[in-house]
Amino acid sequence: MTTSVETLEQLRVRLLIRFPAADVTLVTNPGSSAEHSLLFGAAHAREIALFLRDDSQLALDYCSNATGIDWPDKEITEVTKTFVPDPAGGPAKTVEHKTTHLQPGYLESVYHLYSMALKHGPVIIRVRTANRSDQVTIPSLTPVWRSCDFQEREIFDLYGIVFEGHPDLRRLLMWDEFKDHPMRKDYVEPDDYEWEPTAHGDVAERAKQHASFVAGGATSATASAADPGLISVTSPKDGPGSASPATPKPEGLKP
Amino acid sequence: MSPPLSALNSQLSTNGAPAPFLPSAPGPSVRAVHDQFHGDLLEVSMGPQHPSTHGVFRMVATLDGEQIVKLKPVFGYLHRNHEKIAENTTYLGSMPYTDRLDYLCSMSTNWAYALAVEKLSGQAVPDRAQYLRIIMAELTRLVNHACLVGFLFNDLGTSFTPLLYAFREREKIIDLFESLSGSRMMCNYQRFGGCRVDPTPEWLKAASTLVDNFPRFLDEYETMLTGNEIMLARTQGIGRLDPQHAINAGITGPVLRASGVDYDLRKVDGYGFYPRFNFRVPLGAHGDTYDRYMMRILEMRESVKILQQAFKELPEGPIMDPKAKIRGFRPKAGEAYGRLEGPKGELGFYLISDGSPNPYRYRVRPPSLINLTLLEEMCLGHTIADSVVILGSIDIVLGEVDR
Repeated sequence: MTTSVETLEQLRVRLLIRFPAADVTLVTNPGSSAEHSLLFGAAHAREIALFLRDDSQLALDYCSNATGIDWPDKEITEVTKTFVPDPAGGPAKTVEHKTTHLQPGYLESVYHLYSMALKHGPVIIRVRTANRSDQVTIPSLTPVWRSCDFQEREIFDLYGIVFEGHPDLRRLLMWDEFKDHPMRKDYVEPDDYEWEPTAHGDVAERAKQHASFVAGGATSATASAADPGLISVTSPKDGPGSASPATPKPEGLKP
Repeated sequence: MSPPLSALNSQLSTNGAPAPFLPSAPGPSVRAVHDQFHGDLLEVSMGPQHPSTHGVFRMVATLDGEQIVKLKPVFGYLHRNHEKIAENTTYLGSMPYTDRLDYLCSMSTNWAYALAVEKLSGQAVPDRAQYLRIIMAELTRLVNHACLVGFLFNDLGTSFTPLLYAFREREKIIDLFESLSGSRMMCNYQRFGGCRVDPTPEWLKAASTLVDNFPRFLDEYETMLTGNEIMLARTQGIGRLDPQHAINAGITGPVLRASGVDYDLRKVDGYGFYPRFNFRVPLGAHGDTYDRYMMRILEMRESVKILQQAFKELPEGPIMDPKAKIRGFRPKAGEAYGRLEGPKGELGFYLISDGSPNPYRYRVRPPSLINLTLLEEMCLGHTIADSVVILGSIDIVLGEVDR
């Protein structure tokens, strides 16, 4: 399922001749579709993409699909078996040694390229980031194929890959103030989706303090007199004591 | 006070609007009507609650007088992270949810997803199911294009009469869908390896009669509207899209073919049994709104041809592959990208399996979203009223844009 002219391996060799410094690897697909892909190093990805678009043999003028994928850190366990002969003369025992090592994760952007002029494809190319936390920049392919514009914005939004050279890299689907990247595998949903700081966490913390204070022997009324900030729900963002002691609202909380 | 237009032009090229990617093709330009007068620029936010944006879509247009000099689409009002939800459920579990992507064309969306999963798992599909899929997909195309044409006239200001003519036909088809699948719009009809329900001979006869009568509706509609003077004045030369820009921006479907690019996946990929069918791919010459309208009318006529052949040749046999695994479905590790020619453009599903019952990665390639890439370029220099018509002619569904 590559081009009608050459196999993906031939294309890889041709690319390596054209770009000797580039890093081009063949990624095989074990599934029944057998759509293999080419992995490009980030440094030369855009040059190669331009070549793929403008080469007369390939003419991959249409980038159909850009997908972000998250590959988190993976713990890989290797089991080595050693045979220990029994000194008493019995059958040899097998001792298993397990070693685990961490395979670092990365984010990946996959592009499905077709040629509308020559009507062939897909050629699938992939670009990976160095890691998932601080080195997440890869070159944008929007200057090569305009169709990546919204799709790369979406990947930036949902996965956090930063596309260098994108003309308008903003969040696409989530709102601008949103902080996290929801399509990542380790994303944890917040308890509430309000983007404004809400009183919930603060108030819950105060309620807990209040409950422990009541359990210590004091009544609710004296507690509010002693520290009015504890049960003030009117200004939860202010520090304790900023609320007026004259207007406690004990009904706001149940110990 | 606003900056003069020349300053705005330079701002446009650096701030937001990307420079033309293909220098050989003439890019759309901002025309100034009165060079000597520079009024204040006016920013108009259309949507998200606006009847002409076809859902919760928002356009932020900057106007110089009445001309649009900048237009930014804003998405996300219907975002529910469809892809994440699908990654947390089984393969079959997402099938009813694909109905909600393009809620006018659930049959095609089902098929696109089934196509991708069948490619991923190497699943075969029996002949009768292949024919049924084509019947459902082409009926869906009729539904979608009839709706689109009706809404386009609504956007032109005809206040519902042409829309209801189109909806009358649509209603007949979705009545058929309801009697077959149990639901008018959320059909949930396709399965991996076949279809869910076998239509009765009565159903097929009713559907065949409907299809035979459909060209009469098209003739009636065209007699009243295609040559209408106001229609011509409002659509010809409006929102031009040149083929080089369209290809580069990944525009697909009738919008691309209206610009004269011969790219129809039914011919190019030949998925399903489409190579057995005899039909033509209509192409436009100007890439304007009128061509996009005519493209829909002509495609409906071709769909009628395909349907008539399908009803004639529909073979007997099973509608599900007997070897298809329904419970405990786990495709082996790998990935696949399945795509088909949806009524709105190339609809694709990219799936990565890690051998578990849930897809590791589930990606929808939404034609509605990607066809909006050049909305700004198509609207520049036109009025707000024209931008409504241009948006209507692109044909979007927000369930699919925002996912």
